[in-house]
Amino acid sequence: MSLFHRIARSDHAPVRFLLDGVPCEGREGDTLLTAILTHVDKVRVSDFSGAPRAGFCQMGACQDCWVTLADGERVRACTTPLAAGMSVVTGAAA
Amino acid sequence: MSRPQPLVVGAGPAGVRAAETLVRAGLRPLVVDEAPACGGQIYRRPLVKDERDARALYGSEAGKAQRLHGAFAALADRIDHWPRALVWNLRDGRADIAVAGESRAVAYDGLILATGASDRVLPVPGWTLPGVFTLGGAQVALKAQGCAIGQRVVFAGSGPLLYLVAWQYLKAGVKVAAVLDAAPFAAKRHLLRGLALAPDIVLRGMRFAAELRLNGVLLRHGICDLALEGEGRVAGVRWREGRRERHLFCDGVGYGLSLRSETQLADLAGCAFAFNQRDRAFLPQRDSSSRTSVRGVYIAGDGAGIAGADAAELAGERAALALLEDRGLPHAPERAADLERKLARIGRFRDVLEAAFPFPAQWAARVKDETVVCRCEEVSARALRNAVHDFSLDEINRLKAVSRIGMGRCQGRFCGAAAAELLAVETGRGVEAVGRLRSQPPVKPVPLTLMPREAAE
Ligand code: FES
Repeated sequence: MSLFHRIARSDHAPVRFLLDGVPCEGREGDTLLTAILTHVDKVRVSDFSGAPRAGFCQMGACQDCWVTLADGERVRACTTPLAAGMSVVTGAAA
Repeated sequence: MSRPQPLVVGAGPAGVRAAETLVRAGLRPLVVDEAPACGGQIYRRPLVKDERDARALYGSEAGKAQRLHGAFAALADRIDHWPRALVWNLRDGRADIAVAGESRAVAYDGLILATGASDRVLPVPGWTLPGVFTLGGAQVALKAQGCAIGQRVVFAGSGPLLYLVAWQYLKAGVKVAAVLDAAPFAAKRHLLRGLALAPDIVLRGMRFAAELRLNGVLLRHGICDLALEGEGRVAGVRWREGRRERHLFCDGVGYGLSLRSETQLADLAGCAFAFNQRDRAFLPQRDSSSRTSVRGVYIAGDGAGIAGADAAELAGERAALALLEDRGLPHAPERAADLERKLARIGRFRDVLEAAFPFPAQWAARVKDETVVCRCEEVSARALRNAVHDFSLDEINRLKAVSRIGMGRCQGRFCGAAAAELLAVETGRGVEAVGRLRSQPPVKPVPLTLMPREAAE
């Protein structure tokens, strides 16, 4: 179940990406955090207890929303614009 | 050889007005900001334009937002603007800036820090659950991304932002279940004093509260022992009012206790700090002209102490005038005096706000041992209390070395205030006596490949 619910921009151009291997659609203008959280309810698990995390500040300050891409690269989801073809893995520590 | 250009860090209200003032005097500043566009957090813009107009995005502040965006756009070919760029270190008159996939060392002559603020939080049980965001984060989701953080949202904490964000969600058509204010209702009487200083702001806040109540939102004051509950994501909130415990179901929470200044760069620049009672934090020392203790370094906006966006615009201009004066350029002394008078008046209003939304100082004595205080390194209140007593610690940087609090990826931005409060209570002293966390480069995570070898080690 998604955490975020769109109330604007629903008619913007779709941007396709992969979420844990499943094809998904975000919208033009989404951050990676928005694209992920409009589909599921976490972006990663925490480093020590493995608890789910979904970001906190949404302004690049808390570093809680780092997410792993399929090629191993790590990015900060709340400050990274969604780009077509991104492949995101949410079950990993990041 | 000509002198290097001035560097302005931050393109929010303070940074934009600072840059504009420097340009007017014939200088060409470099403006660096992490965001893709100017505006800071308060006047932040969506990544792409959407169907909402400025009025829908910025409410009563739409005119100010548009004027600020317009002023910055008008500077375009008279400044250098590096968006999506992070000043991650300051050393020897140079800034290390991560931009476009590389790190550039930039020499500057005159540095205006306009680094802004983020939410101040005190950890509560469940604050790391998905669905729990800062008040500022909840606002970014709504304004910049057009998303609600839930379908039944509770806003908790304190400060003017609590009511503003709850009202913005209500206006956007989101179900707001409750607004839980840690400040006692009696504290609100201080706002009457504020009426004389800033009637528009006080009346607007009263209108927010009235409209929330009219729309069936539960408004509670003086709440304590807030706890956020849920398995894997937030599903409810529990709190205490006096002796009564209450609970509500929800699927999203916005939480915050006013704001905290972003001061890391001032620290790296070598600025002296002093404890500030109103913000209950160590802040860079500055005089009424926005000069810090370091020659050629100026500081303005919420990064210098929380005063809001209007003050930030004034202080940004004031800082730039000080820089001009120190460079021997015309510097509009009458305008500077006028800016200082206006800033002093806003300062008196901030005193009122602080009295109306007092810091919940009882938190440190009440926080349960199992509560996670540091969300990066997952350090509990128990671990902190044990460290304090086992090692007889009385200084925050030693507590950091022993417990790893403040050592994680956020560098103490979200646990630093809490750790200091806990340490103060455990050692029976005021929070001003336990010191402040020292900042270290990089001020935010930067790819290791970008760092010069000596800094990466
Ligand atoms: S949510 Fe805080 S850095 Fe992304």
